[in-house]
Amino acid sequence: MAANIPTNAQAQGGIGVSVPHTEHEDHLHHDEHHEQSFISKYVFSTDHKVIAKQFLITGIFWAILGGTLSSLFRLQLGWPEATLEWLTPVLGKWVEAGKLNPEFYLALVTMHGTIMVFFVLTAGLSGTFSNFLIPLQIGARDMASGFMNMLSYWFFFISSVIMFSSLFIETGPAAAGWTIYPPLSALPQAIPGSGAGMTLWLVSMALFIVSQLLGGVNYITTIINLRTRGMSMSKLPLTIWSFFLTAVLGLLAFPVLFSAALLLIFDRSFGTSFFLSDIYIAGQALPNTGGSPILFQHLFWFLGHPEVYIVIMPAMGMVSEIMATNARKPIFGYRAMIGSLLGISLLSFVVWAHHMFVTGMNPFLGSVFMFLTLIIAVPSAVKTFNWLATLWRGNIRFTTAMLFSIGFVSLFVSGGLTGIILGNAALDIQMHNTYFVVAHFHLVMGSSAFFGLFAGVYHWFPKMFGRMMDEKLGYIHFWLTFLGVYLVFLPMHYVGIAGFPRRYYSWTGFDTFSQFADLNKFISVAAILAFFAQFVFIFNFFYSIFRGRRATENPWQSNTLEWTTPVVPGHGNWPGAIPAVYRWPYDYSKPGAETDFIPQNVPFSQTQSSNMPYEREMAD
Amino acid sequence: MSTSSSTLAPTTNSVELEQPRSGTWDGGNEPFKASYGKLMMWFFLLSDAFTFAAFLTTYGMIRHRNPVYVGDVKDFEFSTAYWPIPEKVFNAFPGFHGVDLPLAFVALMTMILIFSSVTMVLAVEAGHRMDKNDVQKWLLWTILFGATFLSSQAWEWSHFIGGHEEGTLMSDGTMFHGANLAMNQYGPVLFGDLFFFITGFHGTHVFSGVCLLVWAFIATTNGTFEKRGHYEMVEKIGLYWHFVDLVWVFVFTFFYLV
Repeated sequence: MAANIPTNAQAQGGIGVSVPHTEHEDHLHHDEHHEQSFISKYVFSTDHKVIAKQFLITGIFWAILGGTLSSLFRLQLGWPEATLEWLTPVLGKWVEAGKLNPEFYLALVTMHGTIMVFFVLTAGLSGTFSNFLIPLQIGARDMASGFMNMLSYWFFFISSVIMFSSLFIETGPAAAGWTIYPPLSALPQAIPGSGAGMTLWLVSMALFIVSQLLGGVNYITTIINLRTRGMSMSKLPLTIWSFFLTAVLGLLAFPVLFSAALLLIFDRSFGTSFFLSDIYIAGQALPNTGGSPILFQHLFWFLGHPEVYIVIMPAMGMVSEIMATNARKPIFGYRAMIGSLLGISLLSFVVWAHHMFVTGMNPFLGSVFMFLTLIIAVPSAVKTFNWLATLWRGNIRFTTAMLFSIGFVSLFVSGGLTGIILGNAALDIQMHNTYFVVAHFHLVMGSSAFFGLFAGVYHWFPKMFGRMMDEKLGYIHFWLTFLGVYLVFLPMHYVGIAGFPRRYYSWTGFDTFSQFADLNKFISVAAILAFFAQFVFIFNFFYSIFRGRRATENPWQSNTLEWTTPVVPGHGNWPGAIPAVYRWPYDYSKPGAETDFIPQNVPFSQTQSSNMPYEREMAD
Repeated sequence: MSTSSSTLAPTTNSVELEQPRSGTWDGGNEPFKASYGKLMMWFFLLSDAFTFAAFLTTYGMIRHRNPVYVGDVKDFEFSTAYWPIPEKVFNAFPGFHGVDLPLAFVALMTMILIFSSVTMVLAVEAGHRMDKNDVQKWLLWTILFGATFLSSQAWEWSHFIGGHEEGTLMSDGTMFHGANLAMNQYGPVLFGDLFFFITGFHGTHVFSGVCLLVWAFIATTNGTFEKRGHYEMVEKIGLYWHFVDLVWVFVFTFFYLV
């Protein structure tokens, strides 16, 4: 089947001679034959593919830790009366007389959120796939600045080390929730978690933001300047569009969190009053006057809301790509997909106050933000319908990546619908800070971004490691995770509607909640099982790196440029000249074509039988 | 590629002739005609602009929460009850002790910084001409102006911290002179906090800029850029320098004029 498609070498043979090489195409070209030491090849590497794997493996480490923390607090929530003495060897003094320390419970929730949102789904997801796919899919030797790319990882690494070390200090890690609202987070005398743990949290996040910035300017610049010949913006795979806009969001949103963090550091350590005013604590009046905690919320959510799109958009891009490949159909509405990504990106900056409906903000402002928030349903629905239409009558290949992509759409729809409820300022009065909110965002951005991450790993694993992941284990992983996620978060909606507030250590003191004790137990069982199901993936991942079936150059018969590289591309990606691009990436099952896919680097002159009339002209 | 499929049109020469498209945005070039380094600097500055915007928004919001002085300007006295009038706070000039010169010193500082932008432009222009001596000369002037601005700011800060002679009666019944992060004699505590924080954050940027300029000056003197064949690094630092100047215009407007 593939024999009719010209190989990469043939395609280059026709055009390679007459093409003037611009400087950036040869960027790093000669590096690839150099012998490199272990340190410069695997540790302080400037190769985008190695950096991507570093991000991925660090992300996996964080995901295991984040999942473990959630299992711990689910134990507490499911069995509030149980004795947790057996956890003493792990948790030490945080288990007192068989009970989890309530302060530590808050720290668990806080660190779970921080780790998952920032370290796994921002750095682990964007860091891995933006790094890995941008140069490979646009036809570049490497990122614009390999050195800055390396710095981006190592800043993330230092930030990780600091955040990790905060778990082990005497007063415990930060415990004011992942949103670290002052005054709770600003006053060390308020809770132990606002002591040294909070300081480390802020320092770690400042370094994390530096890492994001270094990565972000690199992604954007690479996409603008280093596309190969013929790769116009309207021929980019949707993955690249999503990484591009994700980087733009990060570039504009993270500096505002940086500002907020810096002001908070001053409030905590240098006696300023930016977020503090008129506070009595333990019977003592604090001298701070004039500050505003609401101001912090505005600054935080100006990042915080784009952040959820920073998490979800790379997943959207990868799902679009994987779905078209495995449905053997062009993505439905390519331009509408780009347009909706642009729409989501723009809107993401003007909806932040829907997190603050009940803070005492002017209700009129609330209706403006409600209006803008509900508009996001439009581009989201465009995307959903396009995914469904792509599947419609497709010649679907149920690879593991495809299953996770379909699962992504399912979760995105289920979680997105409750977003319409929560985005309503009036309904939010009832729903805010309940488990309904927790269920909503875990489905729509947490789980679905994880599904995008899994889909991406299963799909691009052959290009990363030259081997295939095991499909059977992949199926088991998918079904356990898919069912697990729904069994956890569907009941959680009911718990939320019943009024259970989030971040509570236990509800045994409230009679009204006693009838839901069983449901909470059920959620905990499902959550812990779903967590253990992830070890199937982890085994599959590490086993396949060394023992997996050997991959071919283009195992999924895909059109994008990364599959024109050798099975394991070296530093520089293509051994010869970089292929030029002639067509969009979604020529699947094109009528009249001899195969059901035509890679982007095949000129129209070689596909006369399937050319559309206007393409025939281009071939002449 | 099998040719049997090509029944619709003859393929002679088309393989050799066919080229990918080559418009501005068709790849294989630099669509903004700017190197990746310059683009990165632009994007960094965009990002940094958001950091400053967040601080200035903070300033605006907090100032809006505080009452304004409504009496006659002649009778104005410092009080923690309302936001001070900037002309009354910043009216000192080194060497003119006791003379009321509202905003004169900060106007001079602003002039110096704007002049440093002019000399920066001249350094970049000299770089385009590959004139090493001129680049050196104008970089040195820029460094000099930048350092002068920083020293002036140091004087401004120390005067702000030291305070006016008369001092202000604080709510706890004590006389207080000058300012620190917890209290100040000029107005609400956040007036001092924001002044220190925002002008300090800007000053840190100027300081980084001066460091970069010193480094560029040394590299120019050693002929690094001449060997490289271009002075693009000077241009990139120039972008940063102009940005820092531009930010000062906003800081100046908010703290001193409005």
